[in-house]
Amino acid sequence: MEANLTITSQSQLAKAVFNESGQDVNLCYQCRKCAAGCPISYAVFCKPTQIIHAIRLGMDDLVYKSKAMWLCASCETCTTRCPQEVDIAKVMDAVKITAVKQGIKPTIPQVAAFYRAALSNIKMFGRMYEMGMIVGLKMRTFEFFKDVGMGMKMFKKGKLKMVPSFTGALRTRKIFNRVKSIEKRNRKT
Amino acid sequence: MTAKYAYYPGCSLHSTGSEYDISFRAVCEKLGMEIKEIDGWICCGTSPAHSSSRLLSLALPYENICLAEKMGMSDIVAPCAACFARLKTAIYEANEDAEIASQISEAIEKPLPKSMNILSPLEIFCNQQGLAEAVTKQLSELKVVCYYGCLLTRPSKVMQFDECEYPMAMDELLRSLGIETLDWSYKTECCGGALAMTRTDVVLKLTHDILEEAKAVGANAIAVGCPLCHVNLDTRQTEVEKEYDTQYGLPIFYFTQLMGLAMGVAGDKLGLQKHFVSADGLLSGV
Repeated sequence: MEANLTITSQSQLAKAVFNESGQDVNLCYQCRKCAAGCPISYAVFCKPTQIIHAIRLGMDDLVYKSKAMWLCASCETCTTRCPQEVDIAKVMDAVKITAVKQGIKPTIPQVAAFYRAALSNIKMFGRMYEMGMIVGLKMRTFEFFKDVGMGMKMFKKGKLKMVPSFTGALRTRKIFNRVKSIEKRNRKT
Repeated sequence: MTAKYAYYPGCSLHSTGSEYDISFRAVCEKLGMEIKEIDGWICCGTSPAHSSSRLLSLALPYENICLAEKMGMSDIVAPCAACFARLKTAIYEANEDAEIASQISEAIEKPLPKSMNILSPLEIFCNQQGLAEAVTKQLSELKVVCYYGCLLTRPSKVMQFDECEYPMAMDELLRSLGIETLDWSYKTECCGGALAMTRTDVVLKLTHDILEEAKAVGANAIAVGCPLCHVNLDTRQTEVEKEYDTQYGLPIFYFTQLMGLAMGVAGDKLGLQKHFVSADGLLSGV
């Protein structure tokens, strides 16, 4: 008799991750290829493989207190190498999105601030206006003097624009707004 | 002649990676390959979008795909590896998931195009006839390692580009132009990407590993195909040297700049003067 031996977790977070990304963490058999190939494994206590396991076990606290998802560089090595075809990079995104929805403080606030600064910049201008984004990031992180010298040199070399482009700005804002209302509707159903 | 490819430069090629834009255009011109920039293109959303909203990260690229279709084009060339990956991901996910496809369509208020090819310039140039004939200058002093980074090849099921763990496309392209490229193990390692803005320490460590390996195999230059990789390896190189008390002085070229040089285009027409690590010394020996 054939039996389905996949053990299905009842964890709320596993369900949230599935709803957000379509990824089933229960497929993981802990081979640790994701941890072995991860460029930021050296910098985090919980490796991607342990994050996946903690999600299955319903150890939400451990997951949310980890740094791995916020330090994830989205290099997609884990996703590419997973023998079970779990898109681990997408799981990392789903954990971040779920955490933000629940109002949980990000463990690396600068990275969350960078996402917000970049998105509000794109929403406003349609295309990334680097100077505006950098200022927006500094206002959020209070790291006013970080990389100022490098920024000046880039500006002198013509790598940073003084004036933003507004091409497509209105269309982009509309897309942002419609995405927001579709997501709101999805949450209700 | 009408253009064959819709060109999606993305934000970086209009700013921090403007030399990639200049050199790509110069090479296209040399090869008689017509490109047309997508009218009214917008940002692909890059990492901040997919880290914050799946739908947003797919809707933004699709807006650009629709704009290209409106121009009557069926091929988009996207030199930036991150844009290339986001455009391909959007199409892949819409094909896999009808529900998300209809939400994307609702978000951009347009039907989604039935088909659109998303190409890296590497794919186009590798299949281009008459490359060897276009070479007018031997760059025999160069020993280049090709650094592909993450997003040209990963995730492999989406990108379907070359061999994801050990790609050769850029090596073969440059070799066909008479440029020597070396084998090395760090072709597809990560440079840390956008973490440079927030956790520079991580990027300094990762770029140090890459620069160190390039030097160890005897390279005197690195070729890249991603503006984020370029910023990290070039503009942060002095910082890495200071942090790790070492010296590299390794010029970082976009592969299109090397193509242009081999085809006799002047360095300033390829944006070489925009690099932080000067290539003048290396190229004066050529």
